[in-house]
Amino acid sequence: METVIKTERLSKHFGNFIAVNEITFNVERGEIFGFLGANGAGKTTAMRMLIGLSKPTSGAASIAGFDVYRQTEQIKRNIGYMSQRFSLYEDLTVMENIRFFGGIYGLREKMLKAKGEKIVNELGLASERNKLVASIPLGWKQKLAFSVAVLHDPKIVFLDEPTGGVDPLTRRQFWDLIYARTLEGMTVFITTHYMDEAEYCNRLSIMVDGRINALGSPSELRQQYAASSMDEVFFKLAREARRTDN
Amino acid sequence: MVTVNGISKSFYDGKVQAVKSVSFDVRSGELFGVIGPDGAGKTTLFRMLTTLLLPDGGSASVLEFDIVKDYRKIRRHAGYMPGRFSLYQDLTVEENLNFFATLFGTSIAENYHLIRDIYIQIEPFKTRRAGKLSGGMKQKLALCCALIHQPRVLFLDEPTTGVDPVSRKEFWEMLKRLKEQGITILVSTPYMDEATRCDRIALMQYGEILAVDTPASIINKYPETLYAVKSAEIPRLLSDLRQYDNTLRCFSFGEHLHLSLRKEDGNALDELQEYLYGRDHRNVSITDTTPTIEDCFIRLLK
Repeated sequence: METVIKTERLSKHFGNFIAVNEITFNVERGEIFGFLGANGAGKTTAMRMLIGLSKPTSGAASIAGFDVYRQTEQIKRNIGYMSQRFSLYEDLTVMENIRFFGGIYGLREKMLKAKGEKIVNELGLASERNKLVASIPLGWKQKLAFSVAVLHDPKIVFLDEPTGGVDPLTRRQFWDLIYARTLEGMTVFITTHYMDEAEYCNRLSIMVDGRINALGSPSELRQQYAASSMDEVFFKLAREARRTDN
Repeated sequence: MVTVNGISKSFYDGKVQAVKSVSFDVRSGELFGVIGPDGAGKTTLFRMLTTLLLPDGGSASVLEFDIVKDYRKIRRHAGYMPGRFSLYQDLTVEENLNFFATLFGTSIAENYHLIRDIYIQIEPFKTRRAGKLSGGMKQKLALCCALIHQPRVLFLDEPTTGVDPVSRKEFWEMLKRLKEQGITILVSTPYMDEATRCDRIALMQYGEILAVDTPASIINKYPETLYAVKSAEIPRLLSDLRQYDNTLRCFSFGEHLHLSLRKEDGNALDELQEYLYGRDHRNVSITDTTPTIEDCFIRLLK
């Protein structure tokens, strides 16, 4: 097995405030890793360190073999990123978005053309290709945003609440896209507030007050916390939190 | 309390029909949920009912006041918490609350009893600027500001979006206490699991209402038996079940797959088990399960 995310006592302090407190975990190639926690638990800060946007205070981490202190540019080239907030340019068309992001990642014209065709066909967007992204339904937007985030075949894709506000059917189609990519060997690192989606992860961690307090497969965690659902596991853990986002 | 009759609204010269001839009623003292994904038309609907947008067609009244003719009266007696934080970022917690109280000719002291439960949680930070508050605190302040003029009806547009499950639960408990004080509450949410916390709900998609009823009766109307199916290999099980002739619907739901069959006669389950055995699925468990609102929503989706 190839370890693609490796963290060792990774921490981030803001003054006296310890946002992320010595988190240690590994993610293997092809895994879907769920990164859960209440608002304010430290997920976003941790994720920003992993994608090379924020320098850790202490500890070590490597992403796709690159060091989070020194090799942030290489990290950015080898990962994809998508969040609910920032995904696509609304005033560009479907195809223009694909070309724009492909260009940024340095994809060649011929390759980009082939990829663009593949994406619009895969998503059933062929007849919408020249429409502005602003005019297509949110569900399609999010599926397109995912396809654009993995346009350059990154080793790892980081998804920050990708399915928030999306209808339940599209949410499931979104997961079909994720599964298809992991079968090709892509690693998926995902945060979500939907506990049913936690069940779709191979393994997951739950952060409480800056620490990782639980780590395992959904069935292991259900067993460990004598819970019948992930919802219950989450509640049992989050109840221990001293720090809320207040 | 709230009566909506075929109300419609479109944008961009009719290119986007945000709300399409929607009708429903909300009774006095009800906690009424408008449930639907982003783009369903929830915000447009709430903005019309709170007199911030004019409808293109249809009519509606809030507290028996017409939303077009009597908009001033509605504004006096309705509270509104928009989905996007819209208090003054550079005023403090206390200044914001004071400002809204003054607008309505009242004071914090006069209506303190209405907001006490919620306000005591943010009172220690009352000198902090609103822009510097965390998400959870902003939400509580916004709710206090919407309550300070003692509204008879409260409109909350997606108060729990992006909020973690624990904080969402706390928020719904706050709403329950407000309801007990006799305030009628309309709340919108994209989270299907919050539906059961409402007295009645409207399921919305693409500007239309798919169903209006109590959560229990929407669930009871699910026409087929719903099975929870599980095996060691969920992705392969899903793909095989979707190819099965007698499958009507099959979707993943947490650790299970939820399955409805076309024909449900005596042999249907035996035949299903035989089919799955033939496709090398072992340790398959199939049990009856109660549909969730999400199952019902998927069934009603167009």
